[in-house]
Amino acid sequence: MLCKRIIACLDVVNGKVVKGTKFRDHKILGDSIELAQRYRDQGVDELVFYDITASCENRRVHEFWIDSMARFLDIPFCVAGGIRSRDDARLILNAGADKISINSPALENPGLISELVQEFGQQCVVVGIDSRRVHNTFMVYSHTGSELTTKNTAKSTVEWAKEVQTLGAGEIVLNCMDSDGVGKGYDIEQLIAVRQQTTIPLIASGGAKTAMDFVRAFREAKVDGCLAAGAFHRNELCIPDLKAFLIKEDIGVRI
Amino acid sequence: MIVIVDTGGANLASLRYAFDRLNQKAKVSQDPNEIQNAKAVILPGVGHASHVMKKIETLGLIKIIQNLAQPVLGICLGMQILFEESEESIDKMNTPGLGILPGKVIALKPSKYTTVPHMGWNKVKSITHNALLDSPTEFYFVHSYFISETAHTVSVCSYGENKISAIVNKNNFWGTQFHPERSGLSGSLLLKQFIKAAL
Repeated sequence: MLCKRIIACLDVVNGKVVKGTKFRDHKILGDSIELAQRYRDQGVDELVFYDITASCENRRVHEFWIDSMARFLDIPFCVAGGIRSRDDARLILNAGADKISINSPALENPGLISELVQEFGQQCVVVGIDSRRVHNTFMVYSHTGSELTTKNTAKSTVEWAKEVQTLGAGEIVLNCMDSDGVGKGYDIEQLIAVRQQTTIPLIASGGAKTAMDFVRAFREAKVDGCLAAGAFHRNELCIPDLKAFLIKEDIGVRI
Repeated sequence: MIVIVDTGGANLASLRYAFDRLNQKAKVSQDPNEIQNAKAVILPGVGHASHVMKKIETLGLIKIIQNLAQPVLGICLGMQILFEESEESIDKMNTPGLGILPGKVIALKPSKYTTVPHMGWNKVKSITHNALLDSPTEFYFVHSYFISETAHTVSVCSYGENKISAIVNKNNFWGTQFHPERSGLSGSLLLKQFIKAAL
């Protein structure tokens, strides 16, 4: 059977890993290459680099550190941030990334998803969805990299997830903004809502603190992978212990 | 020299770096002479079967690849195009492959238990003794089309109700559905085994 994936996410600003709370107040945690190396050695299954300021910053720096990552990493990694066109995507994939993840640009131009799928293949096109509960429903937010630009798109999260799948995306990362950085576990209800309406891989993101949070997301929301950042960066959770716990709970992971 | 055939896909860099990490010189090339004279040939492939086949045809490499006598390793889509045809096509017709191995590449269907693409680490078991893999090991997969078990399947993996050909072999031609260049230590070990058998 396919193993459930444990994914470490590194929010990167100019090659440094940062972490905020509820997408705000970013603190520098360390060098992206050092952290990536550490997680790889601990047995993480995949890495995601969110270049959270890339939309407006220096593209060459971007290309250079992706290439440095690709030289030493022997596990898959995904790059997100500021990918607005096929040319942006090509640059990143040619530098050695396995997947690209798009978020706000897909909301502005949904056709970009199918363009990227046609050129590079479904397997490398991930769509990130930033979502939060508004009254009794889940709504998509865009431009969440900075406090000043975050806005409600007035799109339903479940409807957008279905559309993203129809447009050919290979995977959805659902960032549940209300639970992000709070450490009270993944937003199971929201993950279930999206899981029930989609058949492409779904990755849970936002809120992981304990090993049991991962168990619940895998068991109750049937996600394919769980992504975490702060819990790993702050050493609250160590990947080998987490995986040992998951195996004890009868959840298949790679050792 | 190992030659990685430039099929235009985007994973050329990660493959080249995988050989770098093994201190093995590998060159990305489209040149028929370089490919024919290589000690071993890697056939990568990311993207769409019809695009990769079109590229190989345009470069005049179909006959060249079919007639290679040195060890050849097709990876992911590079393995799928070793077969006769693929359901992955831009029109209603199947895309013809290189036809080196008999069989047809078919689409994975999502089910109650399986999402598509088949993405992530899955356990591969050998059903026939072979040079690439001894004991069951996890490798990284990412694909939406597959080849079920054939006469040339030497290792398999299960995904829902599907039995997927994970490693295939016919004479000097090998293929892995998974990505050894992205499969951590297990992947490096497999590439080492391939190099050992090849050089």
